[in-house]
Amino acid sequence: MTLATLPTRRDEAWRYADMDGLARLGVAALDQWQAIDVGAGESVTRCLIVGSDAPELHRFRVTLGEGARAAFFVTNAGQDYTRVEMEVHLAKGAHFEFGGVTIGGGDSTREFVTQVVHAEPEATSNQTVRAVHWNTGTGNFLGEIKVARHAQKTDAAQDFKALLLEAGASANAVPQLEIFADDVKCAHGATVGELDEAARFYMMARGLDPATAQRLLVQAFIGDAFVALDDADEHARLLDAALSALEGARL
Amino acid sequence: MLEITNLHATVGGPDNPTPILKGLTLHVPAGEIHAIMGPNGAGKSTLANVLGGKPGYDVTAGSVTFNGQDLLSLEPHERAAAGLFLGFQYPVEIPGVSNVQFLREALNAQRKARGEEPLSGGEFLKLAKDKAALLQMDMDMLKRQVNVGFSGGEKKRAEMVQMGILGPRFAVLDETDSGLDIDALRIVGAGINSIMRAPDKAVLLITHYQRLLDVVKPDKVSVLADGRIVETGGPELALRLEAEGYDAVMA
Repeated sequence: MTLATLPTRRDEAWRYADMDGLARLGVAALDQWQAIDVGAGESVTRCLIVGSDAPELHRFRVTLGEGARAAFFVTNAGQDYTRVEMEVHLAKGAHFEFGGVTIGGGDSTREFVTQVVHAEPEATSNQTVRAVHWNTGTGNFLGEIKVARHAQKTDAAQDFKALLLEAGASANAVPQLEIFADDVKCAHGATVGELDEAARFYMMARGLDPATAQRLLVQAFIGDAFVALDDADEHARLLDAALSALEGARL
Repeated sequence: MLEITNLHATVGGPDNPTPILKGLTLHVPAGEIHAIMGPNGAGKSTLANVLGGKPGYDVTAGSVTFNGQDLLSLEPHERAAAGLFLGFQYPVEIPGVSNVQFLREALNAQRKARGEEPLSGGEFLKLAKDKAALLQMDMDMLKRQVNVGFSGGEKKRAEMVQMGILGPRFAVLDETDSGLDIDALRIVGAGINSIMRAPDKAVLLITHYQRLLDVVKPDKVSVLADGRIVETGGPELALRLEAEGYDAVMA
């Protein structure tokens, strides 16, 4: 199946997208879905570093069997429009873990768009996204959670925090909850803030130069997104990719 | 070692400057522990913050030289590397950054600025262990996030552990005794003595109370009122202030 036309910003899932970047990718890119099926009781962990100096679109369809677990950890450091989409379907007792970081300056848009469907009872999901931007860079998190009528005891959480290093950078959070069951927990939160100047001065007063102080504070800020990643090497790889994108950022 | 001459400083920015320091002159030679006392609003914390280089404080006249160097021309982290330590009245919490990482990076940044070799992980941990023991602080606390979840007294004790690890030549301690119980006060006072009591070091000790001075025993005591030093004497001046109050002594 090929879509006849590109979506527009009137489509909710493309509301904050870079339509010029998408046009440069072309219609064909929209068909490139990667399917990941995780069988009952099985577990999959994927760690990705995405983004380059050209637009990128990464689309995943993840189907989790009963009691299965899928964890995705993504550093999105694109210097052009970079979008990661996840459509996740959870069977009974399955768990989906998502940790994402968007980081960058320039004038590019980086975004995570997730749709997590709790189709059966007792499934859990947890999504943590951190965004760090400067210049006129943008970070978006559009997170949709759907809970089916009989998916009782669903426990779904999503948490978004953005750190804007200068005026002109922006972050957009769009949590969408569609809940038809009545015995569920769905938590979501979103905050946008600046670097803690008191903490920065405290660090400088102890001898850290401004760039090192900023790097430590950003490292602490984005660390939340990778807390659930146990593999120390992969953890370091994702963190390093994010922090190297920070070099040259405004102090 | 520290020569403050006719220092004038304002807070509130260029649009709405409020003069706080109004011609403060004070010389602290090496080997001296100099206590600063004074009523609320006299400018004690402003003096500490101006010496540390905190943003938001504007020096409008006067000079500060530190070991012959123009202190006010240095960035906060350069002041630290030059050997100045600012003990905070309200130490800042830094979630996500451990004390060990923070202090090792800070110490090695200072050493690098001075052209010294960085300490290895093992060397640093040994130093940290020694200084924590000196202040009777559990080493486990140093592995925790900077000041997060610390009580008021623990934060002040942690400040002194930081001072011990960083090994400054000159310490400006802003109400280090506030929030301390009697036992902690003795430990912190003894810590100041053992870390900073040396012929080539000096301390500016800002305090409201005699009780810390009973332990630290200052060589000089100055009274700061309305942005100026109005009286300087020996330890007996602090005792007089404690007995008679600022109004009586300054009248």
